Amino acid sequence: MAGVHAEHRAHIQERTLRTDRWWLQPAATVFVLVSFIIYATFRAFENKHYFVEKGELISPFYSPCLSDACVEGTQLFGTLGPSSLWGFAISPALLILIFPLGFRLTCYYYRKAYYRSFWQSPPACAVAEPHKKYTGETKQPLILQNGHRWFFYAGLVFNAILTYDAFLAFHGPDGGFGMSVGTLVLLANATLLWLYSLSCHTCRHTVGGRLRHFSKHPLRYKLWTRISILNHHHANFAWVSLFGVAFADLYIRLVSTGAITNYFFF
Amino acid sequence: MSMERYSYDVVVVGAGGAGLRAAVEAREAGFKVAIICKSLFGKAHTVMAEGGIAAAMGNVNSSDNWQVHFRDTMRGGKFLNNWRMAELHAKESPERVWELEMWGALFDRTQEGKISQRNFGGHEYPRLAHVGDRTGLELIRTMQQRIVALQQQDGKNHGDMESHIRVFAEVTITDVLVENGKAAGVYGYRRESGSELLFEAGAVILATGGIGKSFKVTSNSWEGTGDGHALALRAGSKLIDMEFVQFHPTGMVWPPSVRGILVTESVRGDGGVLTNSEGRRFMFDYIPEVFKDKYADTEEEADRWYKDQANNRRPPELLPRDEVARAINSEVKAGRGSPHGGVFLDVSKRLPAEEIKRRLPSMWHQFKELADVDITEQPMEVGPTCHYVMGGVQVDPDTAAAVGLQGLFAAGEVAGGMHGSNRLGGNSLSDLLVFGRRAGMGAVAYLQSNPSKPSLSDATVKKAQERLNAPFTHTGGENPYTIHQELQQTTNDLVGIIRTKKELEESLEKLAKFRQRIKNVSVTGGREFNPGFHLALDLENMFLVSEAMARSALIREESRGGHTREDFPKMDSKWRQVNNVTSVDGEAVKCEQVKAKLLPDELSTLFENNELSKYFTEEELAGMKGGSK
Amino acid sequence: MARPINLRIWRGNKNGGDFHTVTVDANEGEVVLDVIHRVQATQLPDLAVRWNCKAGKCGSCSMEINGKPRLACMTRMNTFAEGETITVTPLRAFPVIRDLVTDVSFNYKKAMEIPSYAPPANLKPGEARMEQIDVERSQEFRKCIECFLCQDTCHVIRDHEENKKSFAGPRFFIRIAELDMHPLDTLRNRKRTAQESHGLGMCNITKCCTEVCPEHIRITDNAIIPMKERVVDVKYDPVRWLGSKIRKREDIS
Repeated sequence: MAGVHAEHRAHIQERTLRTDRWWLQPAATVFVLVSFIIYATFRAFENKHYFVEKGELISPFYSPCLSDACVEGTQLFGTLGPSSLWGFAISPALLILIFPLGFRLTCYYYRKAYYRSFWQSPPACAVAEPHKKYTGETKQPLILQNGHRWFFYAGLVFNAILTYDAFLAFHGPDGGFGMSVGTLVLLANATLLWLYSLSCHTCRHTVGGRLRHFSKHPLRYKLWTRISILNHHHANFAWVSLFGVAFADLYIRLVSTGAITNYFFF
Repeated sequence: MSMERYSYDVVVVGAGGAGLRAAVEAREAGFKVAIICKSLFGKAHTVMAEGGIAAAMGNVNSSDNWQVHFRDTMRGGKFLNNWRMAELHAKESPERVWELEMWGALFDRTQEGKISQRNFGGHEYPRLAHVGDRTGLELIRTMQQRIVALQQQDGKNHGDMESHIRVFAEVTITDVLVENGKAAGVYGYRRESGSELLFEAGAVILATGGIGKSFKVTSNSWEGTGDGHALALRAGSKLIDMEFVQFHPTGMVWPPSVRGILVTESVRGDGGVLTNSEGRRFMFDYIPEVFKDKYADTEEEADRWYKDQANNRRPPELLPRDEVARAINSEVKAGRGSPHGGVFLDVSKRLPAEEIKRRLPSMWHQFKELADVDITEQPMEVGPTCHYVMGGVQVDPDTAAAVGLQGLFAAGEVAGGMHGSNRLGGNSLSDLLVFGRRAGMGAVAYLQSNPSKPSLSDATVKKAQERLNAPFTHTGGENPYTIHQELQQTTNDLVGIIRTKKELEESLEKLAKFRQRIKNVSVTGGREFNPGFHLALDLENMFLVSEAMARSALIREESRGGHTREDFPKMDSKWRQVNNVTSVDGEAVKCEQVKAKLLPDELSTLFENNELSKYFTEEELAGMKGGSK
Repeated sequence: MARPINLRIWRGNKNGGDFHTVTVDANEGEVVLDVIHRVQATQLPDLAVRWNCKAGKCGSCSMEINGKPRLACMTRMNTFAEGETITVTPLRAFPVIRDLVTDVSFNYKKAMEIPSYAPPANLKPGEARMEQIDVERSQEFRKCIECFLCQDTCHVIRDHEENKKSFAGPRFFIRIAELDMHPLDTLRNRKRTAQESHGLGMCNITKCCTEVCPEHIRITDNAIIPMKERVVDVKYDPVRWLGSKIRKREDIS
């Protein structure tokens, strides 16, 4: 911690003189993210209870289901071949989770959240970090954060699929057109994911941020102003959509295991 | 004590708009320039200017031109202005604004993409180039960045970014050094270490700004201690018309700690109205005779003006600052003031909240954060605050050369004459640029005809050293803070917005006592960043300025612009012929009366006969082409 | 309605220093700077503090109050609890000169390293035409009052003295963004130099600069991240890179 104790700076022993509970936010972040990771890992390896036939509800963790192990009716794009080809029985979730995970991992907001909370770089503003050296995002592997836009594009594809899933879930108890609580859960999940993706900084840059003259691109400027408003709330969407995904999956698991019943409106 | 010694062609004392513009001009002519700022680079008081830069570009109303701007400026100054300065100013300010844009300033735009211009008190057409309400910041940052751009060029060409312009931040100048009757350098100290600096220079440009810190309620920061005024006086130059001090009508009055901080005139330009405790828009009661045909006399017409300026007269809230300040003063004295001794300024009922935040962002923040008032919902409480001194170093209009000392130049607020008895809002930023540039040009021309470097004698340097070190040699003297507070109270009470013979005489008696107290002031602590020491040296400047103001004010037996005498409430054409010129002889402050110049024909013909007759005597009118029509 | 408050002020210079606790009156409506001035006028006449406009417009009175980088003139006393001891120190990312005054020359050196505005060579004064919507982004960054609180709080240099060489800091990232978004600027390698010479890649967007900005400039969201995205356009995005090679320019309109 040569930083605040560097030569010629005011000789003050304390790492920080902040009197508020600055540690609360990073601690809460760690707690929530760790909980999510534990739950998501457990679910990814569980490899069951991700589909409810009555009402066609599929968990966002398992959509699109690409393995031949997938339950009938969930293989939106067919399969990558029998799992025996891969030499081991792989959970279909593992094949796809990498994309939304990558999107969140390289997200400008989540970067702030985990750099602060996990890496403590810095834990909070004006609180000295514990590291001796710091090179930011200039070296491997962190320089890969610059690939955020590719995950953003992939994320859009996933949003489309999950939106499609939500529409597929408009089924009544008898299989015809209808609607259940599960439909709403998937619909809400898809909406939140869209809000999270569209409010993303890369999205804002792509639709108009990279322009030098807004006046020459009135439509893109208009889009940019709208996206900018969403972007203001990107952090909120990041959290809410994360809860949304976990909740949607949990809901389907609970229905699938029979712990609760999916209520049908019609 | 160690002393650093530097040699430059030009030393610019002061790093506000005028100083930086002067420095750029001298450097572009190839001279080596030292810029001295009392605070950090880019913090000068120029940043506080909010409204805009007045320049007749005609972007919003194409009827505007330099003649109209000239007329407005002369009217605002009640014709006491140095007409040549007002002429140069009106003619050159558009070029100065466009130049800023070339250097990176980003003004607000019109629909066609030109620089937008806004209405302001005393200006006939929308004329103020602006950036929200932080135009001063834009000006200073642009000039600062222009200096850096030139330094980068020098770095490329000479291998040293500081080869031609060097900025000395946090340095106070205590003396202009004179050798053989010419300015030959300056002497001062570093605020952070207390160590001393000597600058030899062929030309010295003063751009030190104002004197507000002589008053108790002021919009000026600690820097406004009249340094340049006092430096010029002590070096043998003269001050002109020091009685004219502008009290900005709308300073904050609450909470006490921010009393005096400015509320921009744009609030009124954008529709803000002034009301008293009875809810009356009192400005309609205070339209003076000379302005009757230019200002609306009903609320209906005034309100229509915001939408249709061609067919309506402007609201009286936009009268020149002196008129508004006096009106507020009268309302408060008559017991119709707000709870904290001001009046109400309300824009919340005039514009939607979002529009207020867009047009007046820093005002919104200022009130929200300093006073906990939301100006989109509540009225502001405002009252007069000492804002600007029209008087200053007497200069040649074209070259900004100070009268009385060769090699000394002055530009910006420290120079006098340009604004006459009252300055229009927006004319200050343009003044800085027009005359900052001219001071730079003047110094360049002077150096070209006086190429030999001045040499400083040891005796001259020693004298400056002794003066600087005096506060440390006294023991048992008074604390400078106490003296400062008393001095401010004295000027506030006795040389303030309304003056009388009795009070001015009393002020001179009191000031005489301060002289000795200031001489004996003593300082505790060391030399390193010691604010007590800094104040001790500034005190003498504030004292000199206060005496110059009080003497000039006592002599002028009329009321005009920034000088109001309760015992002589009328403007008197005879006094229009008089400039008060202050000089220092030994320790004595003298004030002489000098005849002011008449307008030349090409300028007097810009006015209607009946307007000139309000300001000039019969005999003068007979001798003027414009008046004889 | 004065109430006594305890002020714990760091006093000293680069060789050392310590906290001094004083009790001083605070009146209704006052800010921390008022109280420091009262200490100066009544108890410690040689207490060093840098200030100027006292209205949050010049950015001189930057210091750390209860450990947070703030402007003393914009920190109202009524934000502190009754009886709370308020700790005041100089900025901790820069060398101290004396008491609450630090040497901020680092920032002026960095300012000199950023290439200046470069208008088109054939543009004549008065002929520039720019639309309001095209200047608004840059105008936000020009609100900067150079208080350097963002520089002070940025852990890249606050916690790593050695990074000062290669890192310009948030204040100058908004300067670069301002120029890169300027409708008339002609210098086209600002993105590349931002990354390669001014250390944009060192920023890990932890947003403390935005948190402390007294002008509420959205430094991270509106300047740093857009600049990072622009850097990706020219350096890390093969598709864009190819496109720019074909069209032989770095920007699109």
